[in-house]
Amino acid sequence: MRIKLTVNGEEREAEAADHESLLTVLRESLSLAGSKNACEQGECGSCSVLMDGDLVCACLVLGAAAAGRNVQTVESLSDGEQLHPVQRAFVEAGAVQCGFCTPGLIVATYALLKRNPEPSDQEVREALSGNICRCTGYGKILEAVDRASGAMYRR
Amino acid sequence: MSTAAPRVRIRGGVGESVERPDSAPKVKGEFQYGSDLRREGMLYGATVRSPHPHARILGIDTATAKKMSGVKAVITSAELPTRALFGLMKPDQPVLASGKVRYVGEPVAIVAAETAEEARLAARAISVRYEALAPITDPVAALQPDALKLHQKGNVIEDVLVEHGDPDATADVVVEAEYELGMQDQAALGPEAGLAIPRQDGGVDLHIATQWLHEDLRQIAPCLGLPESKVHLVLAGVGGAFGAREDVTLQIHTCLLALATKRPVRMTYGREESFYGHVHRHPAKLWYSHGAKKDGELVFVRATIVLDGGAYASSSPAVVANAACFGAGPYRVPNARIHAVGAYTNNPPTGAMRGFGAVQSCFAYESQMDRLAAALNIDPVELRERNALRNGDPIITNQPVEGSAPVADVIRRCADVAMPPGEIPHDPIALPGGLGNLTHGEGVRRGVGYAAGMKNVCYSHGFDDFSTARVRLARDARGPIAHVHTAAAEVGQGIVTVCAQIARTELGIERVEVDRPDTTIGSSGSSSASRQTWMTGGAVLAACREVKAELLARAQKLGRSPDELGALLDEPIDRTVTHRHRDTEARDATTQNQGHVAFLFAAHRAVVDVDVDTGLVKVVQIATAQDVGKAINPVAVVGQIEGGIAQGLGLAVMEEVQLRDGLVRNASFMDYLLPTTLDMPPVVTELIEHPHPDGPYGAKGVGEPPTISSTPAIVAAIRAATGKELNRVPVRPDDIVFGTPYRSGWRIGPGDDPRRAVRA
Repeated sequence: MRIKLTVNGEEREAEAADHESLLTVLRESLSLAGSKNACEQGECGSCSVLMDGDLVCACLVLGAAAAGRNVQTVESLSDGEQLHPVQRAFVEAGAVQCGFCTPGLIVATYALLKRNPEPSDQEVREALSGNICRCTGYGKILEAVDRASGAMYRR
Repeated sequence: MSTAAPRVRIRGGVGESVERPDSAPKVKGEFQYGSDLRREGMLYGATVRSPHPHARILGIDTATAKKMSGVKAVITSAELPTRALFGLMKPDQPVLASGKVRYVGEPVAIVAAETAEEARLAARAISVRYEALAPITDPVAALQPDALKLHQKGNVIEDVLVEHGDPDATADVVVEAEYELGMQDQAALGPEAGLAIPRQDGGVDLHIATQWLHEDLRQIAPCLGLPESKVHLVLAGVGGAFGAREDVTLQIHTCLLALATKRPVRMTYGREESFYGHVHRHPAKLWYSHGAKKDGELVFVRATIVLDGGAYASSSPAVVANAACFGAGPYRVPNARIHAVGAYTNNPPTGAMRGFGAVQSCFAYESQMDRLAAALNIDPVELRERNALRNGDPIITNQPVEGSAPVADVIRRCADVAMPPGEIPHDPIALPGGLGNLTHGEGVRRGVGYAAGMKNVCYSHGFDDFSTARVRLARDARGPIAHVHTAAAEVGQGIVTVCAQIARTELGIERVEVDRPDTTIGSSGSSSASRQTWMTGGAVLAACREVKAELLARAQKLGRSPDELGALLDEPIDRTVTHRHRDTEARDATTQNQGHVAFLFAAHRAVVDVDVDTGLVKVVQIATAQDVGKAINPVAVVGQIEGGIAQGLGLAVMEEVQLRDGLVRNASFMDYLLPTTLDMPPVVTELIEHPHPDGPYGAKGVGEPPTISSTPAIVAAIRAATGKELNRVPVRPDDIVFGTPYRSGWRIGPGDDPRRAVRA
């Protein structure tokens, strides 16, 4: 079926087969490959996007269910070369290794800090527990979230 | 190699925590991984895989699939251009199964179609008739003389004996036990992916997420029936590797489909297929005996180690050798006999994973050290310190440790890290079971455990291990700029940053660009064995020194200072260097020789809380000390250490590819558990920098040691908390609650040949 949705502030139209996920629509039909395809069953968070402001795994949302909704992906966060403070913090903290989990973590962190500008360590761990990173052991990621919180709200 | 400090202080040089050049595209979602690649007119590939661990193929019917919408090619073993086999160390694996399948997931046919969905449906429509055969899934059974031969030459992939001193020595105190490790998956988040594009000359370009472009090329070309000159590989973005990308997976298939259809073809595995598509860490069964004097001085180690190689050899020969060579750990052991054998079975093939054989034996010998400490009534840290290898001491292969062996230092500094607060927390989220809110702390016990480990860096036993680097220094409108080109695979570990840092420091300029790795330059070897900093870092360093020599010559000729780069670069300077480490010796009958380049050491201390009622474990803190020689990029070094520990924690308490009769029962991230932010504790890292004379700036490898001794440290802590034997990893809740130790079902004297095992 043909669906209309808002992606990163733009009205878009896409073909979405009945069984296809929002992740497939984003990656294959709309050429937005920033949301990653690591487990495709909602376990790893690599495909995290915001739908009407809520953090979701794009692989668990049917493409058709995204019709008429407002979807925000990792591609929306930077302004050209200008990184979003969350992105900047991940770069500076050394929270990126292979980077496959990174877009999902950036979106999840962005969502967390919007809701809770200065989360405790335990709150960060809980909020990001749906995002698997196989490279870093999470230490630098937790540091990045703290840096981002500082840059956005504590300066 | 020189360890001299750089003359000019340049931003982003060696020793500074430097931002990765690829981190901005990665945080923006713009970095192109293999699975993101696209080309105009691209087809999608899919694979038909065996549902049987062992079966005869009676017939394959592709007629329906060929007629389906969008299908452009269907290939079975009958349509292959050659009968060539492939394999990392032994060519024993067919490109597509012919006659027989030997494991669940073995590729039988491949399809290309206009859409991924059409390819998947066509693959499903291919009908394969099998006659199921009895699988062999116990590697010890596979080694028995009466076992059915899974390969023509029998079921022994590799047999390594290490005999040192008097292997039959006796001691005052002897501890003996058996151990097992389950199968671990690398679980790189990026799925296997590649894009093959046919070339005008009948060849093919392959954009591929891999660890070693040139080794892929060596295996791919003969299976396509093409000379290597007609196959060109380019590194696609790699979403983690950890050993899983050392073997060929979809490389040959993707190229075959592109050549057959004359269209670009992309193949990407989904997560379930990824579990079947790549090799895993070898499951191991180990029988160990340690003997010591009453004062704790080690007298002997004897062990038999059986590694399950699965259906094909992959890198099993080297994994077996590592398990044997490092089978006594970082200790002075005057007498030893280690007999390690890798067996073919009908389980999924196993090969490289971070730690590569050293992981398996470390779990056993470190468990033994604790057993010995208890038997001797000596503190476990003190026992390890007392026996720690010193500079010049031989390991059990009779090779002295040269350069640096700060083993006692590593153990002591790890043990001295401040402990976390001693109280068991009140917040249920911080207790075992976490958000499940399973306890208020009534059954929670705290334990502390220690372990140390060792491993080789670079390739061993006579392998011609080298890396090639090209450095081109030129001038453009903005001034001098250097380009560094190697074939070293950036898999997340950060070699791309290390190469740039070395070039900056050596050439004294900040503008350095690292080109995309491909096969237009010579091999850099694999991104494995913790070797890229040593080898490709060393190659870049050597190439930069040649460039500098040319600068100096030009400066002298022109009567200028070599620092006046702008004036010396009317012509660019372009140097390509092949860097080799010192020679190593091939293995002999008892493995008593100079087989390795150098050794890496680390120690770990784990603090855990265990709920003895539910069997759940919360790791509270990991402390570690590691000898890295020189931290070229400290933030990346710590990142490697913390990430490696996470994988060690996974093996300790949650990660296992669960097999039953050769079937994988948990091929998904729903069922194969990986550590999350709620599982990983804070890590306190002590970096020890004892420079090695052969490494660039004294640097050693970093990637593997964190994964080696973190696992036994965590298990030791769980034992301390529970008093249970726990001789198998991963430790499952049942093991803690019921405390039933693992028993192999075989009687083998430690050190004996496992082919003479007797059923218990």
